[in-house]
Amino acid sequence: MKDFMLIFRQPSYDYSNTPKEEMQAIGKKWADWVGGIAAQGKLTNNGTRLALEGKVLKAGGVITDGPFVEIRERLGSFIVVKADSLEDATTLAHGCPALDANGSVEIRAII
Amino acid sequence: MEKAHESLKQLFQQEFSKMVAVISKLFGLQHIEIAEDIVSETFLLATETWETKGIPKNPTAWLYTVAKQKTLYHFRRNKIFEKKVLPELTSREEKTIEIEALNFSQQNIKDSQLQMLFAICTPAIASEAQIGLALRILCGFGIDEIAEAFLSNKETINKRLFRAKEKLRIEKVKMELPSEHEIVNRLDNVLHIIYLLFSEGYYSKTQNQILQKDLCLEALRLGVMLTTYERTNRPKTNALMALMCFHASRFNARQTNEDAAVLYEQQNEALWDTALINQGNHFLHLSAQGDEISSYHLEAKIAYWHCIKEDTREKWEDILQLYNQLLLVNYSPSVALNRTFALYKANGQQAALLEAEKLKLENNHFYFLLLGELYKNIDNIKATSNLKKAYALAKTQTEKQGIQEKIDSLT
Repeated sequence: MKDFMLIFRQPSYDYSNTPKEEMQAIGKKWADWVGGIAAQGKLTNNGTRLALEGKVLKAGGVITDGPFVEIRERLGSFIVVKADSLEDATTLAHGCPALDANGSVEIRAII
Repeated sequence: MEKAHESLKQLFQQEFSKMVAVISKLFGLQHIEIAEDIVSETFLLATETWETKGIPKNPTAWLYTVAKQKTLYHFRRNKIFEKKVLPELTSREEKTIEIEALNFSQQNIKDSQLQMLFAICTPAIASEAQIGLALRILCGFGIDEIAEAFLSNKETINKRLFRAKEKLRIEKVKMELPSEHEIVNRLDNVLHIIYLLFSEGYYSKTQNQILQKDLCLEALRLGVMLTTYERTNRPKTNALMALMCFHASRFNARQTNEDAAVLYEQQNEALWDTALINQGNHFLHLSAQGDEISSYHLEAKIAYWHCIKEDTREKWEDILQLYNQLLLVNYSPSVALNRTFALYKANGQQAALLEAEKLKLENNHFYFLLLGELYKNIDNIKATSNLKKAYALAKTQTEKQGIQEKIDSLT
């Protein structure tokens, strides 16, 4: 078994006006999905959650504020899973709620 | 007569830990075996004397007086007191301590027992030995009872306890409460041992129901002890108490007269102990202070829901989320299986089936039992073949019988 990082990206989206119930439903979807991986004993690290706001520093000292309009997909968060191969790790990524939100999951081995 | 014998046994069991703690506190843990011997001799004398003269009005006071005399006699006779103990005592600041300081006041007993609990739960000793030592020293269990609880023999237990006590000596473990900054970590270890002690009783290997219940009650007693001290009365201490109360409330409902365990679904909730459930609610409420969510908090909340027999969507949804969180702190195959069962109750058969197929717990009969349940009415042939696998893996006759009934109902 090797460790793989699953990196979630989602289109920039402003959640500030989303009703509480909807936010809870989104939270539940994530919890159930990660719970499913953990139930297989394949979750190495639950990662960290990132706040929506942030800054970007570029060459020449240019600083921009988020949300990062120029990037199509914003980095959401990540988890680390155990799998035998890149293919198996990719199988684990199926059902990720980021996909429902038109986002993506990038799967990379940790070396 | 039988009854009198039972109550004496109970008295001795209770007083054993108190007296050993107080004597060891005065002379140091390195002399713990002497303390045990003194207390055992005291009980022997009590049994002999009381048999002919009758039980005194205040048996506890009788025991304390005799134990005091015996302690004094022992240490004088062996010159240990003068040569070793006294210089040690006087080298400390407590020059006033004399043999008379062996005091069996309620407060001193309580303090000594708490310090003993922390001493025994030192990380220096392996947890299996810690439980054994806790059962002996803190709960006053006999070697034969400990052996029965562990499905082991006296010789093995004696060896284990001997090594554990030796470790106490080598590591120079002292009977004292850890310092303020240490206590949080040390308390984790103490809570873990109490939790293991309780589980040892609740999911016991032994068929002896009285012994099982005793183990659970002792774990509860030690937990209560921790809640009476400000420094150890933390939210997670209360969470553990809540968890144990909720589980213990179902103790009578779990058992039939035929010594077989009754599965939760078939339990008669009239047999649930409502007083213990109320206690559990009380502790659960206290555990909610502060931000920390320990695995005891999660398990207590799950146990809380299981004390409500009525199935609601909210109940199973909450249980599912609690198991999701529990898996992140504490993976185990049984948590994974319970989580999948909650998923079935909350999100339905199909959703749970998909997840269950991924678990691959191929040598666990509960896994195939769950698959059997999930395939029911979706694919009865697969349901049956899974139940047959469960049957082959099941360890007890009662379990096999239950599984056979399920198979029969499908075909």
